[in-house]
Amino acid sequence: MNLKIDKHHNNGETFVHVAGEIDVYTAPKLREELSPFVEGKNKALIVSLKDVSYLDSTGLGVFIGLFKQLKKNGGELKLIDLSDRLIRLFEITGLSNILNISSDSEGGRL
Amino acid sequence: MKQAMDYIEVKIPAKPDYVGVIRLTLSGIASRMSYTYEQIEDIKIAVSEACTNAVQHAYKKDEGGEVTIGFGIYEDKLEIMVADSGVSFNFEKTRNELGPYTESSTIDQLAEGGLGLYLIETLMDEVRVLNHSGVTVFMAKYLSEERENHDTTIATDKTN
Repeated sequence: MNLKIDKHHNNGETFVHVAGEIDVYTAPKLREELSPFVEGKNKALIVSLKDVSYLDSTGLGVFIGLFKQLKKNGGELKLIDLSDRLIRLFEITGLSNILNISSDSEGGRL
Repeated sequence: MKQAMDYIEVKIPAKPDYVGVIRLTLSGIASRMSYTYEQIEDIKIAVSEACTNAVQHAYKKDEGGEVTIGFGIYEDKLEIMVADSGVSFNFEKTRNELGPYTESSTIDQLAEGGLGLYLIETLMDEVRVLNHSGVTVFMAKYLSEERENHDTTIATDKTN
């Protein structure tokens, strides 16, 4: 039930692999771990959600926050490797129109 | 009016730590009732959102307490009740701020909270909210597909 977060940082681009459940308990940890990568000169934050088994509004809130911060600094947030279920969650909340999400690992816009 | 065949009640401390425990409990009950994987995942989100509201509210006010979750198991549906520990949040106000976001939403309009109640309404077949000294959220999911997204009503009953 814990969240595992692996980060690779390279040339202003950060790749993050998240595994586990993102809920009210783990979302603050996710926000805390990823916040440093949306400041200053960071160009892109790419988050793979392949191994995220649960996501709700608390997790969506974290991604909205990261997206806003990056956008302010001229950076970009990409959410990749989304399952059909996760895509549906972004669609019913309207966030698929706003955030850059993708079902594959390339990170192209849907 | 059919009586619930069985009733299961769980109490958790009003802390984020235990919302996952409720998801596991729900998962067990819903699998036993033969909901599909998709339906179970939907109910998981709705119930978690209700628990999250209760827990976060207790946290903000720095009040401890418990969240009570009741599962009413019927032949054709599962009813879930989530009651917070007596601290009330402004449901109508929160509801008016609900998503979904549209393409024309500006960045400033993207709130980092507030999608929770919208998701409960969207994912469950019936939703009722009782706003008394605390908040109780009732929701139901039918086993048949036909009723999906019908009868979704929110009634705020204020009693003092």
